[in-house]
Amino acid sequence: MKPWNVPNVLSATLVVAALGVTGAASASTLDDVKSNGVLRCVVSTGVPGFAYPDASGTWKGFDIDFCRATAAAVLGDSSKIKAVTSTGQTRFTLLNSGEGDVLWRNTTVTFSRDVGVKLRFHGINYYDGQGFLVKKNLGIRSAKELDGASVCIQTGTTTELNLADYFHANGMKYEAVTIQTNDEGRQNYVEGRCDVYTTDASGLAAIRSTFSEPNDHIILPEIISKEPLGPATRQGDDQWSDIVTWVLNATVTAEEKGVTSSNVDEMMSSKDPEILRLLGVEGSQGEELGLNKKWAYNIIKSVGNYGEIFERNIGTNTPIGLERGLNALWTNGGLQYSPPFR
Amino acid sequence: MAAISETDTGTSNPLLRLWRDKETRSVIIQIVTMVVILTAVVLLLRNVVINLEAVGKTFSFDFFFYPAGYDITFSPIIEYSSRDTHLRAAVVGLLNTFLIAICGIVLSTIMGFTMGILRLSSNWLVNRLVYCFLEFTRNIPVLLHILFIHGLVVTLLPVPKNALVFTDSFFLTNRGFFVPLPVWGPTAWIVALGLAAAIVFVFFFARWAKKVQDETGKIYPVFLISLGAIIGVTGLAFLAAGMPLTWSYPELKGFNFKGGLALKPEFIALWLALSYYTSCFIAEIVRAGILAISHGQTEAAYALGLRPNRTLQLVIIPQALRVIVPPLTSQYLNVTKNSSLAIAIGYMDIVATVGGITLMQTGKEMETMIVVLLVYLSISLVISAFMNWYNKRMALVER
Repeated sequence: MKPWNVPNVLSATLVVAALGVTGAASASTLDDVKSNGVLRCVVSTGVPGFAYPDASGTWKGFDIDFCRATAAAVLGDSSKIKAVTSTGQTRFTLLNSGEGDVLWRNTTVTFSRDVGVKLRFHGINYYDGQGFLVKKNLGIRSAKELDGASVCIQTGTTTELNLADYFHANGMKYEAVTIQTNDEGRQNYVEGRCDVYTTDASGLAAIRSTFSEPNDHIILPEIISKEPLGPATRQGDDQWSDIVTWVLNATVTAEEKGVTSSNVDEMMSSKDPEILRLLGVEGSQGEELGLNKKWAYNIIKSVGNYGEIFERNIGTNTPIGLERGLNALWTNGGLQYSPPFR
Repeated sequence: MAAISETDTGTSNPLLRLWRDKETRSVIIQIVTMVVILTAVVLLLRNVVINLEAVGKTFSFDFFFYPAGYDITFSPIIEYSSRDTHLRAAVVGLLNTFLIAICGIVLSTIMGFTMGILRLSSNWLVNRLVYCFLEFTRNIPVLLHILFIHGLVVTLLPVPKNALVFTDSFFLTNRGFFVPLPVWGPTAWIVALGLAAAIVFVFFFARWAKKVQDETGKIYPVFLISLGAIIGVTGLAFLAAGMPLTWSYPELKGFNFKGGLALKPEFIALWLALSYYTSCFIAEIVRAGILAISHGQTEAAYALGLRPNRTLQLVIIPQALRVIVPPLTSQYLNVTKNSSLAIAIGYMDIVATVGGITLMQTGKEMETMIVVLLVYLSISLVISAFMNWYNKRMALVER
């Protein structure tokens, strides 16, 4: 079932139907993934740099690479993924109804999603914040000048709520133009249906990179929220949760220890015991996760460490051009920090 | 074969004999069907309960009383802010659904009747043009029409700064059509009273005129007198109250127009697309209804000396309506249900508010979807009930 732009009523009906007709999500996601031979990742309908199909239809991007890393760890093959596209509104429904195994979809970790929507979150793969994109010729310098503006906003997101709070707190009014997907938002913004496009600053940089004249648009200095983006799974499968958690940690630890896709083979004979544990040369961490010994080796060999994934998809040498900023390693003044492999 | 087994009652098996009895057989089939359906329902409900428990979700509607947190810009009927509850957001969505359903039904009826009659025109060009429009429109899914009109409005019309202006008070932009809005003064109740009085007068006058016509055959120009009374009395009341009416004109301030009445592109796209799409079906229904009345009726009316417009009014339309109303009901239901496609362009109806954002922010799929389903069910049943009542009134009264 392809959730392409399907109005959310359909997918919600789907959940109701799924809740009603099918059995509960089966006990072990890991077994399901192994027997299917493919990992189904819930991703967005297309955000350049994060998750988008390239000219040949292959999915690429930051979130997709983490999906590949998960597939490499579980199935030993980073190409065995299936992108389950979802709008902001349909993503959790798809995950909870069992249409996807894991969600890597620039999704903000919040209390209500963790507790109310019944998801499990597994760390932060991108520290983000909500910003505003406007056309330069409006002459706007600050978000405080946006009183009365029309704002394009993806519905069903945390940004929708932040926006309401921000304007309310500052005593300003606005017209919310609610849209379903990033592409729709881009179109409405380009045609001038809205003055402002608001989403996570990383998403704004991604959209700006697709304009013919990126420099005609500016991202306002105000970042109005914390948007810690991370992967999510269904509640109630601790083994699967552990796997996703430690896939993310493995990429960060690898960067911290200097293990890259090009030197991972040499690192197999490293003197650092943590690298040896990570790569499965010593200890039994892979087996304890229910995976094989080389799970982390496979991730790093085929996808790379956190820094490689970042630079390849959204770093300064890409059209998206994002600095590491908060997403630098803690040793470099950022927030990316993995618990030890011990 | 069937005939043979029907007549062959000489079997010794009593069950088989029961089965061969027509009446018992139908009872058995009904019982079996009921059992199957009930089992299916019970199984579904059981699964829902088990699965909700499995994901650890409770079933409760408490979330309706928590702050919604999201904004709905298009709320023309009641005030709404992001600090209000999910319940109020639901009401806003419901009112927006009503608004689009009512506007859609009115416009599609007008367009449908017009096109249905034009379709019967003896003018070849008019006839063919309408025919082409109908066939073209009704064979394309309504969602595409909605997206198409929305795309047209957003892409082709200028941004507010370069708005198309008519007489300095009507503005056409890709953020909506802005028109002057009447603002009533404090003495406006006198005007309302005048209007009410005029309507009461018209009601009794029409009854009296009908009685006079039945008794003496004298015909009063009821329509003209009624129109005159309504306009005259209301107008006098308006003057007497000291003309308590001012206009709020839209004005470009900052990013957008302020004041006046704003018809948003989302509303316009949905309204127009739903209306002209549905009107095509209504046109065909109207055409079929009129064609269903045999030409002999018209000739008979002429033979009695009725003028053509009286013939249409007294002979053709009342009979045609009997054919038209039942299928028309389903078209009205279609407009209402199709209005849920609003979500595709961001018009905030009940699906977009309760079934969309509220569902998403609270994670209460079951509860919100049940509410949305019940809302559509109730609206549809009400429309059905009304149309059935109307149909009964119009039905042939045999004397």
